[in-house]
Amino acid sequence: MAEVSKIVRAAFAAGILLAGARTATAAEVVNVYTNREPGQYSATLDEFTKATGIKVNAIFSEQGLAERIAAEGEKSPADVLITVDIGRLQQAIDLGVAQPIRSAAVDAAVPRNLHDADDLWTALSMRARTIYTSKERVPETALTYEGLADPKWKGKVCTRSFQHPYNTALTAAFLVKHGEAKTKAWLEGVKANLAKKPSGGDRDVAKDIAAGICDVGLGNSYYVGLMTNGKNEDQKRWAAAVRPVLPTFENGGTQVNISGAVIAKHAPNRANAEKLLAYMVSPEAQHVFADVNYEYPVRAGVAVNPLIAAFGTLKPDPMKLSDVAKARKRASELVDEVGFDR
Amino acid sequence: MALLPALLGAALVAAPLVSLVLMAVSGGSDALSTLAGSVLPDALRQTALLLGGVALLAGTIGAATAWLVTAYRFPGSRVLSWLLPLPMAVPTYVTALVYVELLDAAGPVRTALRQAFGRQVSDGWFPEVRSLPGCILLLSFVLYPYVFVALRASFLGREPSIAAAARVHGASPLRTFRHVALPLARPALAAGVTLVLLEALNDIGASEYLGVRTLTVSAYTAWLERGDLVGATQIACSALAVVALILLVEAASRERSGFAASAAATARHEPAPLDGWAAGSATLACAAPIAIGFVVPCAFLVREILRRDLVRTMSPAFPAQIGYTLAFAGAATLVVILWSVAIGIAGRSRPTRLARAFGGLAGFGYAVPGTVLVLGLLPVFMGADGLLSGAITAVSGYEPGLLLIGSGAGIVLAYTIRFMRIGTGAVAAQFAQIPVEVEHVARTLGARPRALARQIQLPLLRPAVAGAALLVFVDALKELPATLLLRPLNVETLATLVYGANSRGLFEDGALAALLIVLAGLGPVIWLTRATRVRATAPGDRPARAPQAALRADPSSATLKAASV
Repeated sequence: MAEVSKIVRAAFAAGILLAGARTATAAEVVNVYTNREPGQYSATLDEFTKATGIKVNAIFSEQGLAERIAAEGEKSPADVLITVDIGRLQQAIDLGVAQPIRSAAVDAAVPRNLHDADDLWTALSMRARTIYTSKERVPETALTYEGLADPKWKGKVCTRSFQHPYNTALTAAFLVKHGEAKTKAWLEGVKANLAKKPSGGDRDVAKDIAAGICDVGLGNSYYVGLMTNGKNEDQKRWAAAVRPVLPTFENGGTQVNISGAVIAKHAPNRANAEKLLAYMVSPEAQHVFADVNYEYPVRAGVAVNPLIAAFGTLKPDPMKLSDVAKARKRASELVDEVGFDR
Repeated sequence: MALLPALLGAALVAAPLVSLVLMAVSGGSDALSTLAGSVLPDALRQTALLLGGVALLAGTIGAATAWLVTAYRFPGSRVLSWLLPLPMAVPTYVTALVYVELLDAAGPVRTALRQAFGRQVSDGWFPEVRSLPGCILLLSFVLYPYVFVALRASFLGREPSIAAAARVHGASPLRTFRHVALPLARPALAAGVTLVLLEALNDIGASEYLGVRTLTVSAYTAWLERGDLVGATQIACSALAVVALILLVEAASRERSGFAASAAATARHEPAPLDGWAAGSATLACAAPIAIGFVVPCAFLVREILRRDLVRTMSPAFPAQIGYTLAFAGAATLVVILWSVAIGIAGRSRPTRLARAFGGLAGFGYAVPGTVLVLGLLPVFMGADGLLSGAITAVSGYEPGLLLIGSGAGIVLAYTIRFMRIGTGAVAAQFAQIPVEVEHVARTLGARPRALARQIQLPLLRPAVAGAALLVFVDALKELPATLLLRPLNVETLATLVYGANSRGLFEDGALAALLIVLAGLGPVIWLTRATRVRATAPGDRPARAPQAALRADPSSATLKAASV
């Protein structure tokens, strides 16, 4: 049994780890802390290793990575933190775990507005906060975020928790756009329209629309691609039932969030971290973001996947991402104040 | 010297708790963080409702089924008494994920109802599974075995003669249950319910997924989703206060009861036969919790494994990940057992109050929710790592990096703190069964402490230690929050695989890992059931085996824990 011997070997390997031996630093490595889904990423990372000979060590967790780097302090093995949502990137910077990136390759590939002013973070890809609508029951193809509070949707709106970073960022953007009073009224209006208590993830919104529980709901653009072309037959059905609309703010554009990276302040393999980021914004890797992850690439000249392009042309709202990041805390408090998730 | 093991254990548990309190008060004098202030009232309310509901429901299911299979004979009663503890083997997060898949608005059950009766009819009355009542229901069907096991052991142990007397004097079976058996079993009931409460409070996977914002969940999200470390530690301290309250109430209820250490069974138990309607209902009442808590989740997992062909398409890294899981759990088991035996033997030679106090503190870790523990542990580990690597660099010039976390030792230590009580409880309970004169005689005959330990104490402890080892191992296998946040690079365990698959929105892909966790958990459940039965069939004429010893000597939550998963 090859499997059994692998298990035994791994147990031994772990035993050696436990004995205090440190993972070899002799070979070229880069240590990545990421909350991106490892399945999608492994192809990019494998290609990077093939191209450069640098081995990628990774740890995946949905939450807590920046906090862990902060706790690990000077001796942290982390080189790069790759995460989604501007709020999480800002959180990492607020925790003091980032250092300036200073990479000519990144500067050349990523537009200025998708960079931190002090180079502490860079975007690697973009995603739009779209509204999934029922193909059967919703004829409208032009929607606004403000419109979700319109009583005509009463009992027809689904969403995940508004304390989730994707919705906190949307609320923060709303706050930047309209100020506190209007944001609060909007949250109350959307809450009054909910078909069910906020729960699950963005995929569940598509699932609920497919099942007829609701007609419209918030979801990130790329999930539609992932579900349509994934292995899960149920999810294909959900995706087929929804038409994603790129909504806008009234007199504005679509709320765009990013996935991005920071280089850890005490990165032991700083040079390799820069190489990894340079690779991540290269045309090859950006194609993976576009065609495997169904995100909007940040590098000019790399085409959006046709499935996503079919939503229409993305017109990002001109607001600054750093302003959104700053408004996030207040946005999260407002969500609590109106009891959105209760 | 005799105090040293217990002292070290107490220090290990105290360190993260102290660091937690320090962080919580670091904001200044009047500093309840805004976040904690706005979240706490609701979190306290939801925690109280959840704990109350689960205690009531799990208590009822556990007590009723334990009484039915002990006092009556009905079709399947023997088999059912074996199967009733099985749901204990299923981690709460797995149960929650499965039932949301099945019962959610878009799941197969409600879809079928909708197709049969139309949307108005089917959706109007169907309760939402992602809710507080849903969470109470699901946790109860996973946790009732703690009550079942405690009560069954108690009923088997002392009920027959007294209950028989009540029956002879004309009391109905129900009356006998309410007025004789249940009051006699009160300490066991309290112990079982206490465990249920601690488990429910510790739970984060199921509660968070079902949208219930308990103190534990709130502390976690305050820290990791909203970046408020101080607020998180303040919420965590409230969770600790709840833990302390639960333990105090349990201790008080035990003190009020005069029966805790009462009579062993003197007669073989003779269950009364049931027939007709009564027999059918009894079978159904005992089969339902097994179906809901075990059969349905396992069937779902098996179906997904087959449907997605997960065995054949298993990732090449999977065997290695099983290896990591086994290694961490195995190492923690070894540490817990060695340490518990050391504490036990040291305390045996000099059973002072101080030793008991340290032993008690060492056991407190079990009651601390894993998430709360990690919050307190991280700074402790980092401090220790700093000292350790500083010393190594000073001596050898070699820069070792983060030893505790980087090597996985951090995970092992976290497991040790969490599950130490299982080991110390089992050892203490087993020693309580052995008259201290045994050792006195050996000492009089000239045995030195080492020979005493090797020839007398260790052999006597073996059954208790074997059982406790099994339990620590499986609990460590299931542990999620500490594993998630403390694991080294490139390391996944079965529990984190299930978690990872779910956070990708593809929980079904983690079905194989989830089923392996369940299967591993079956070992201790079967061991436990067998041990309880040995007591039933041969009362009094056989040396006590570990779990019975644990239950009989001191039915406190932790020693019961030693006898359960």
